[in-house]
Amino acid sequence: MILIINGVKKSFTAPLDLKAALEQEGYDGMLVAVAVGGTFVAKGNYGSTKLNDGDEIEIVAPMQGG
Amino acid sequence: MPSQPLVIDDTILASRLFLGTAGYPSPDVLRRAIEVSKPGLITVSLRRENAAGKGQKFWDILKGFNIPVLPNTAGCHSADEAITTAEMAREVFETNWIKLEVIGDDYTLQPEPFLLLEATKRLVSKNFKVFPYMTDDIVLAEKLVDLGCDILMPWGAPIGSGRGLNNPFALQTMRERFPDKTLVVDAGIGAPSHASAAMEMGFDAVLLNTAVAKAGDPAAMAGAFAGAIQAGREAYLSGIIAPQEKAATSTPMIDKPFWHQNG
Repeated sequence: MILIINGVKKSFTAPLDLKAALEQEGYDGMLVAVAVGGTFVAKGNYGSTKLNDGDEIEIVAPMQGG
Repeated sequence: MPSQPLVIDDTILASRLFLGTAGYPSPDVLRRAIEVSKPGLITVSLRRENAAGKGQKFWDILKGFNIPVLPNTAGCHSADEAITTAEMAREVFETNWIKLEVIGDDYTLQPEPFLLLEATKRLVSKNFKVFPYMTDDIVLAEKLVDLGCDILMPWGAPIGSGRGLNNPFALQTMRERFPDKTLVVDAGIGAPSHASAAMEMGFDAVLLNTAVAKAGDPAAMAGAFAGAIQAGREAYLSGIIAPQEKAATSTPMIDKPFWHQNG
């Protein structure tokens, strides 16, 4: 299935949950927050969040801001 | 009258300078600007992370200062975007404080007042402490207060413009109309005199970024702003004289040499 991670299309093997997807992409243990389809997903819910073909995932981290 | 520290949600802020962290020539320059000015609060943001760990490195720099952080929702154009960004910020920065920005006009970066109200209502229901970036509209301020905001952050001028206080009358009116709310001038500040002027009006703090980050010597400019904000606060508390139409001698005339009672 195709997931769109931070605006980039990537191919994954289904079925897949958010925790596994983040691990595969190298985010395991990193200071990030995540939204799927525009909705925030709390860290504790990564494993129970099933991903579907075409899901858009935003992964963000601290950055400079004004 | 000595200046008391600003307190927000039982957090005592060490200064009334709120400093942004964006646009500095390097992380070291940002670090020096913070060291010199000792801001009471620093603003931060969220951006896409590509798994390189840049976010963690930046956060490690800021955490070392032990200064409260205020995440923003910069760049959001809808209430939904702003709310999701706020929720992500709360988890990453471990604070329910959020500087709520919902931009309505890309040319002036003017906040969108209607979406600002909608987003504020939803965020307050999710137990956020909303610091709304807003215009100086009194009616908008009243509605934000009705929604539960006890902090209001009107712009001085468009973000990054350095124009100072475009509408002092509106800001002064807001101060008079909301004497019990924490008022912060946010955005548009260019020179320390602008920040001091806001503080002399009775504003509780000033939030700025570009004026320091893009200065010739950001660390020195940060120190200048810290001094100006402190001076403005002390001047406000000390009772600034009202302007007069006529001159009035400051040196007593009685018994001066060659004095004549009848002129």
